[in-house]
Amino acid sequence: MSEQENTSIEVHNLTVSYHRKPVLWDIDFQLPKGKLIGIVGPNGSGKTTMLKTIMGLMKPDSGYVDIFGQPLDKVRERVSYVPQRESVDWDFPADVMDVVLMGRYRKDNIFKRISKEDKKIATEALQRVNMLEFAHRQISQLSGGQQQRVFIARSLAQQADLYLMDEPFVGVDAATEESILRLLSDMRENGKTVIIVHHDLQTAYEYFDHIVLLNTRLVACGPKEKVFTKELLQEAYGGKLTVLSKIGDLIAKEVFPVREPEYKEDKKL
Amino acid sequence: MDGFWIVLTGTLVASVSGVLGAFLLLRKMSMMGDAISHAVLPGIVIAYLIVGHRASFSLILGAILIGLLTTFMIENLSIKGKLQVDASIGISFTFLFSLGIILISKYANQIDIDTDCVLHGEIAFVPLDTIYWNNMNLGPRPIWILGGTAVLVASFIAIGFKGLYITTFNLDYAKSLGINVIFWHYALMALVSITTVVSFESVGAILVVAFLVIPPSTAYLFTDNFKYMLALTVVFGFLSALFGYSVSVWLNSSIAGSMSVVAGGFLVLGVLFSPKRGLVVRWMRSKRISPHQPAYRK
Repeated sequence: MSEQENTSIEVHNLTVSYHRKPVLWDIDFQLPKGKLIGIVGPNGSGKTTMLKTIMGLMKPDSGYVDIFGQPLDKVRERVSYVPQRESVDWDFPADVMDVVLMGRYRKDNIFKRISKEDKKIATEALQRVNMLEFAHRQISQLSGGQQQRVFIARSLAQQADLYLMDEPFVGVDAATEESILRLLSDMRENGKTVIIVHHDLQTAYEYFDHIVLLNTRLVACGPKEKVFTKELLQEAYGGKLTVLSKIGDLIAKEVFPVREPEYKEDKKL
Repeated sequence: MDGFWIVLTGTLVASVSGVLGAFLLLRKMSMMGDAISHAVLPGIVIAYLIVGHRASFSLILGAILIGLLTTFMIENLSIKGKLQVDASIGISFTFLFSLGIILISKYANQIDIDTDCVLHGEIAFVPLDTIYWNNMNLGPRPIWILGGTAVLVASFIAIGFKGLYITTFNLDYAKSLGINVIFWHYALMALVSITTVVSFESVGAILVVAFLVIPPSTAYLFTDNFKYMLALTVVFGFLSALFGYSVSVWLNSSIAGSMSVVAGGFLVLGVLFSPKRGLVVRWMRSKRISPHQPAYRK
């Protein structure tokens, strides 16, 4: 496969600002297809802005984003977005099914009724996140982990090829985290590309194949082994004290680059 | 018979504004309804001045234009002007409403409208304003206009339900699907403008504002299902109109005022007795837990 054919997202010369303050500065990168990709960086480093700009929710001051070699509008059907869980009001009068069915809404069916096919796809999506028994539960009665799984089911119902998720692991319980990870690797097996904004350096190395390290500027982008070096992490996180100890852990990992399964068990306890 | 027409008028206004108000409520934009219902005044006056009579169509057109202008003004004050949204709303509608007042007082003798009627309406006169067709009495004119608006709003919500629902729940997600969120926002605001202008002539701005927010809020307290919430809004609107009219007859007081107060009464009942969020249920729940507490206390 040529370079072009194997690219899911290409970001070129991208600068985005918020209230005239640049949040992303002259960013260039290409992301591969069929991988789990983490966008990682300290707080306020522009991770969410990156995702929103890719999704066309924020207008860049300069530069552009191509998805599968085309502008977003040409390939919208193939792209799905999972916003931050906190971005909606969970007291909204809706049940789980109502929300997942939104994944079937399109510009050209917005005036049409929900079809049997839509319902079938939404049901399958709920099944994949183990939430089918909650289909008619009001969303106000869900736990954080269940809310997150509803959002992921809604996204699955879009049947896209590229998924962009904003902090899907925040505020979820260990069991949900495990099941989301399993689902993500299933998706990768099926050739899907998943891009995840993630703030936790500790787990980033474990979860992703490919990492975009961001701090307003692009610090690094590549396979995780190449990105997670002492120098690059220090460049992204600076000399922040709390982070330095984490970096210490990560450097320790250079000695044992493969995460032992026992270690994961330990962490869950 | 007069009572019937008045209650029907109140119910129609309550249903139409309440159902739209339910969407505003969930968008956390209830004050937007308040703003538009006041801001349409200059639009109405200017339309009067231009066409010179009370033909409803030109009034509606004037109201839609000014309603959209209000929406546009609020958004630009908050996004481009960097003011808080609530401040932008307050600025826009007081400015436009005052402009309307100046226009009315300047041209008061030319147009058949005054500020009193704008604020309080003349719901008591609804039964007098009848229309005839081939000498047949077709009933009060406001009923026909409000009925037409109700059909328009109901059909728009039925056809556009998905668009209104998704843009209300999760705007960014709707955008990511390529849905035209600006269209849905302005369509809703246009409907609020139409409803306001056709309602205020008969019931006054205060009752419209009350019906835009109170019945949907009461319904919100009683259900977690959006379609039930819309249905309950209509039910509470009807009950407010019915009992409000009875109260006004009993006290010989303002009909619109009584309807608003009764609507408020239902809201208080909701706050107290709502099965999910009510104070009484919450109090009972805390009682029910208490027998187990000694066991935990050790």
